[in-house]
Amino acid sequence: MVEKSDIRVVRCGGSKVNFRPPIISTDSRFVLCASGDLVKVYSTRTEEWLHSLQGHTNQVTGITLNPSNHLQVYSCSADGTVKLWDFIDGILIKTFIIGYPLFAIYVSEKHEGILFLHVSMAAGSKNECFQLIAVHLPKSAEQEVEAKEMSAVSNHISSNPSCTAFGREGEYIAFARHLQLNVYFFKKQKTYSFSLKATDKKGAKNAFTCIACHPTDDCIATGHEDGKIRLWRNFIHKKEYTYSTQHWHHNAVNTLCFTPEGTHLLSGGIESVLVQWQYGAGNRKEFLPRLGGSILHVSVSSDGQLFCTSHSDNKITVIESSFKVCGVIQGLVKGDSVLTDLMIDPRSKALVLNGKPGHLQFYSLLRDKHLYNLDIVQQEYIYEAGLDQFEVVKAAFDVKGSWLATVEERGQKSSDLEFFLKLWAFDERTQSFVLNTTITAAHTDRIISMCFSSSEETTMLVTTAEDSQFKAWCQGADADTQQDQNFWSCDFVGSYHNLKPTNCSFSADSSLLAVSFQEVITIWSPDTWEMLTTLCQPPGVIRDLCFGRLSCSKYLLGATTSNLLCCWNLLTCALEWSTSVEVSKLQPDPLSENVAAFSYQSKHTDLFVFKPSEPRPLFTNKNVCSEKVHRAVFVPREEPLNNCDESSQWLNRSQLYFLTKSMDLLTFSTATEEDRMLSSSKRLVIDDSVAVTPFYLLLGKHRQQQQKLSTQSYPAADKPQQSQGSVSIKELLHTPAHVLPAASVLCSMFVNSLLISNTGVQQDPLRHAFREEMESSEQEMDSEKEEEESEEEMEACDSQQELRVQGSVDEVTPKLSKAQERELKRVRKTDFSWMAGLFDSKP
Amino acid sequence: MGEFKVHRVRFFDYIPSGIRALAFNRDTERMAVARIDGSVEVFHCSDRFFQEKIIPGREQCGTEGLSWVGERLFSAGLNGGITEYDLTNQKVKYTIDAYGGPIWTITGNQQGTHLAVGCEDGTVKLFEVNEDKIQFERNLDRQKSRIISLSWHPSGSKIAAGMIDMIQIFNVETGHSIHRMLADRGVGTSQSKECVVWGVVYLSDGTIISGDSVGMVKLWDDQTGTLIKSHNVTKCDVLALSVSQNEDSLVAGTSEGTVVQFQFVSVVLGKDDKEWVRTRTFKNHTHDIRAVEEITTAVVSGGMDAQLVVRPLLDKIEVRSAASALRKIHFPHRRLVSCARKSGLMLFQYPGHLELWRLGESEGKGLPGSSLFVKRNPEKLLHLKVKGEDHIHCSAVSPCGEWIVYSTASSLRLYRLHCDNNNISITKISKLPKVLSSANQLCFSSDSSHLISASTQSSVHLVSLSQAGCKFVGTLKPKSGSHQAIHLLATSEDGKWLASASSDHDVHIYNLQTRKAHCTVPVYSSAVTAMGIHPTTNCLFMMYADQQMCEYSIEQKQYTDWSRTVQRKGLHRLWLERDTPCLNVMFNPQNPSHVILHDTYMICIIDQSLPLPDDKTQFYNQLTLKSLPEEQRKSHSHAFKLCKNFKDILCVELMSDQSLVVVERPLEDVAAQLPAPIKQKKFAT
Repeated sequence: MVEKSDIRVVRCGGSKVNFRPPIISTDSRFVLCASGDLVKVYSTRTEEWLHSLQGHTNQVTGITLNPSNHLQVYSCSADGTVKLWDFIDGILIKTFIIGYPLFAIYVSEKHEGILFLHVSMAAGSKNECFQLIAVHLPKSAEQEVEAKEMSAVSNHISSNPSCTAFGREGEYIAFARHLQLNVYFFKKQKTYSFSLKATDKKGAKNAFTCIACHPTDDCIATGHEDGKIRLWRNFIHKKEYTYSTQHWHHNAVNTLCFTPEGTHLLSGGIESVLVQWQYGAGNRKEFLPRLGGSILHVSVSSDGQLFCTSHSDNKITVIESSFKVCGVIQGLVKGDSVLTDLMIDPRSKALVLNGKPGHLQFYSLLRDKHLYNLDIVQQEYIYEAGLDQFEVVKAAFDVKGSWLATVEERGQKSSDLEFFLKLWAFDERTQSFVLNTTITAAHTDRIISMCFSSSEETTMLVTTAEDSQFKAWCQGADADTQQDQNFWSCDFVGSYHNLKPTNCSFSADSSLLAVSFQEVITIWSPDTWEMLTTLCQPPGVIRDLCFGRLSCSKYLLGATTSNLLCCWNLLTCALEWSTSVEVSKLQPDPLSENVAAFSYQSKHTDLFVFKPSEPRPLFTNKNVCSEKVHRAVFVPREEPLNNCDESSQWLNRSQLYFLTKSMDLLTFSTATEEDRMLSSSKRLVIDDSVAVTPFYLLLGKHRQQQQKLSTQSYPAADKPQQSQGSVSIKELLHTPAHVLPAASVLCSMFVNSLLISNTGVQQDPLRHAFREEMESSEQEMDSEKEEEESEEEMEACDSQQELRVQGSVDEVTPKLSKAQERELKRVRKTDFSWMAGLFDSKP
Repeated sequence: MGEFKVHRVRFFDYIPSGIRALAFNRDTERMAVARIDGSVEVFHCSDRFFQEKIIPGREQCGTEGLSWVGERLFSAGLNGGITEYDLTNQKVKYTIDAYGGPIWTITGNQQGTHLAVGCEDGTVKLFEVNEDKIQFERNLDRQKSRIISLSWHPSGSKIAAGMIDMIQIFNVETGHSIHRMLADRGVGTSQSKECVVWGVVYLSDGTIISGDSVGMVKLWDDQTGTLIKSHNVTKCDVLALSVSQNEDSLVAGTSEGTVVQFQFVSVVLGKDDKEWVRTRTFKNHTHDIRAVEEITTAVVSGGMDAQLVVRPLLDKIEVRSAASALRKIHFPHRRLVSCARKSGLMLFQYPGHLELWRLGESEGKGLPGSSLFVKRNPEKLLHLKVKGEDHIHCSAVSPCGEWIVYSTASSLRLYRLHCDNNNISITKISKLPKVLSSANQLCFSSDSSHLISASTQSSVHLVSLSQAGCKFVGTLKPKSGSHQAIHLLATSEDGKWLASASSDHDVHIYNLQTRKAHCTVPVYSSAVTAMGIHPTTNCLFMMYADQQMCEYSIEQKQYTDWSRTVQRKGLHRLWLERDTPCLNVMFNPQNPSHVILHDTYMICIIDQSLPLPDDKTQFYNQLTLKSLPEEQRKSHSHAFKLCKNFKDILCVELMSDQSLVVVERPLEDVAAQLPAPIKQKKFAT
């Protein structure tokens, strides 16, 4: 059929920022975190996403600052490479190819040029067996180097990267697996291991969960599954080792971290309380409670002034050392599962889905930024395993985005089921949703689906529930309550042969309501509440239902459990066509006739995009992902693309996003789109290291205008020469000092760049002469400056002068006396700009 | 293996007394324990903590401190006196008054030359230790408040004294105070409460460690008198401190019942820069820990809940074995109950009185394991209060139930019991022979015709009893050896033989008819905890503290073949790992090959006709045997049959009517009698 090379599935924004511990740059200005295939750089002050380090082709599994250069960062990835970045400018400096999937990276100041990496041994076999290897980085100037020199440190490594840590000054490395703690001393090349009993009479669970080493003392802190923290000392003795135990966490300690001075120990767990233990003072501790999701990682800046915690709700919190939260970097919140549909808020065009427990989150896909959370449940969430708490299970927006309906429920078993239907009105003044109506017993059993009518004039909500009824809710029907606000109340209760309804859907113009009862689809008129007709295509319960849009609005689509996709023509009330395909999700595009159907077959999901009126699909993509897709949404584009290609036309007006079982948000991108992205990113890299601020933008515009002016006024002939010099200078000035080669090397290059090559274009002799004069004066100025600055360092100066002589052999450098020099200096000071004007205007 | 009617006795309301002080003698490996009732006990630490010696207390004694000086043991108490104990004869040697009011603490220097006591009047008094007595030497500078705790510098030149709100360092030479260090009071409401320094420890490097009522363990420098570091250990009091011999470990006992360990570990490995770091916490007590002592391989603690807890330090132990397991000692390793086998009477020994009970009677027979209907309730016949302030050392009732005898440190009293149906009366035998002034152990011959009393110098006096009165018959003395006090006596059924075991592990056998020493059982390294002479074969069956057993034929003066087999084959691992000593040896007259033993947790019948188990066989095999068919049982059975239906057993005795009396004292009942512990918030309650 159609070639699909130009449309590909990409992981879009909202990947995890809490996968690995975030790191704070030495100057505490940036927070770096691994997020999907990228390393994202955030500002600690503004919490803004500055840029990302792009280059890995698989999940980034670890980042760490280069211990020998604090402006560089190493990142390792499951694609088997370690990359060295300049994270401020986002420049990839080097790539080391290791060849095995990597899972964590550790470095130490003591071991320069050595990286310690977690690799998975025994590729292919299922039982996880991790190995800690030391990789010696080859000293080569090439961009891509294969690192071959590696040695295994240990095979007893836990898959959890927080179970490995470097000890004091890199003398030893401590790693734990299950119930055994190992300490490997590099000098002695000896491993000491200590094991604990799995449990005791009091029900302790002693498995190790994390490790931290004290920076100056020989003390190892370990966290355990039952919330204990042990501080190990004297661990060079087989027998006389000792540990003290602290117990505050009631569940597993997820992370431990010492402050750089070693005065405090930070710990975090499921309680979402950051605990700061005073080192050496027993159980004196401070708490920072209510941080949101359970704490997964804690990291500390090198000066100890900032803490960073990453949480299970895909959030990084920046905390000052005075235990004050000063910033929150929120990614797309991903709970264990998304219960609501993926929705688009019609006003903000934000993606709406389950967020924090009991909340709906609004997420801007465009900016890849979490906008806000809407508290639906309005109850304190208790972070404890096994508690049955209220959760938002259904949500729906009306067309204009002025109403939001939510259903929250609790109780896994139907016997103790509790649920509320809530309706929220958009408040223009506060720009947020305000609770309008809470309906405590909307139905007698669990609500299965709900939808708003799509008409502009009247808003109506239809809910279907397991009590074999569907209800229509209208606003302000009550006459007796003469109040300003209009509340929602039930308008109509419908049922059909006491069958359980499964789905409901309004037609595009809201003139029809389709409610499916098991195998039967009933069509109702919402105005009169009269059942118009029934459609039935047994066998198989209707799983998904939708009306066609725009020109295809006469069609009704239904997907059944028995692998049948049916299309009815509502004018004839007859089956138009049906095809045997197992559809897990049917998603119509609101802006076009297109309907996307995800089909799950033999362990992978296929996508079909079709128009109900046409028998042939517009686009098919086999093997979109390996998991079942239950949630998908079409997001309208801000500016439509103009793809002419037939297969990618369906993506012109809106973009399709879908969510897999493992909570990956994926989308389809076209070739043109990617080109545009790439070009923009390239421009960004070359442009400047200056952060893009409104001020900069203003300034940038101004500069552009100036540039335009200058290009207009100056003749083209002068251009190449000018730009050549300016590029090298620009390069020199704009490259960060720490990545530049030594000044002595640069000098000759620089001088060379200033020279006019012999092969250059023949030029106006007058101008040539002038140029020469200018240059010589420039040189003189340089040398004079140097003389002024360092009279005593004559030797160094001499050598430099020699170098300069070498660099410009072909040029006659007149030896000048002191008096002449002074004269020249005077001449230089006089303004020659008028001359330039003369020259330029002349030709 | 034998069915018995069991009298399950739970009316012995014995309450062990709380532990007030501990003192460890490193040279002899003995732990001295002072209890609140004034009694002092000596445990042998390397012999499975067997209670070797018991010196009964007195009323109003109020022992506050214990101290070893060489092999001599001293105590001081709130009665203002310093007492030295005669450990050989297990009694008080002398008591002298310090004339400083109640004494709160006593401690001897390492040189063994001086004792220092801290008194209520604020003085530290030094006593010189002489050959046979102690002599008051002088007072150190008198302070305003009482001296609660004392510790000598190992050199003996300085003393640190813990007081109220402060710690003083004295120069022993001049007697003047060098430094005064103020201990902070607690914050908040406890600001007004004074801070009592309950314990001080003076280390050889000049560090003073104090534990106080605010719950802090503080480290001070004695040169400058400044605080180095403080550790908040508990919200309530730190009551006791003890440092290990090489000063690398310190334990602190708190009133929450926890023992907190501090260790002197190097901050950076391989360097000498060391620091005291809080490491482990042990919680084995429910109530206040009043005394704690770190011995070579374990931490021993005792407190108000009256149990002595031995918590092994696994890092100090070379080989893990049963000897190095956690040990809790609740009950004395002596029998507090004696039974009149023939008349069904029981004599319970309390510290200050005796109780005589008649066992109840039951009706008919029942299925094994079921309880029978009690026809007649057990009945308390007699409540005998002790004259004077001394507590009872030992007591006995004759097998016929006619005679009752008890001994305190100062006197021995013999009573005759008249029992005409329901009228009980006793008459005191007034004219006792002079040798019966006091006894370490008492026992009657099996026909109740003679009273045997173990006295000083390992001698045994024999007194014949008759309706008219008693008559001194003779004294039996061991031929040679030491003269430690006898703690066990056993007579043979036929009245011919007497065996005595003394606390230095000697077992002597006397012929009562000739009144001569017959022989001496070869000395074993462990103490004898129980012994009995077999009624038919006249073999002496002995149980040792390390759970070994021996059978010695008196007539042939050698170990029996069975005993040699046991020694050769060794005992089962599970048998050796039991942590309480066997307290009684009985023989079943109906089955001569059966020996009945008991300890605190079980009753055991050893069938000498069956093969011994080795380490591979299943030791607790009764349930397996039950499931096997009759013919296979033979091949699977071995000599040991254990019954674990009873718990916290104080005494088991086989009566002459083939019923067993099991005296239990459930620990829950003991705990219920104790005062309420400090209330602690527990998570999730």
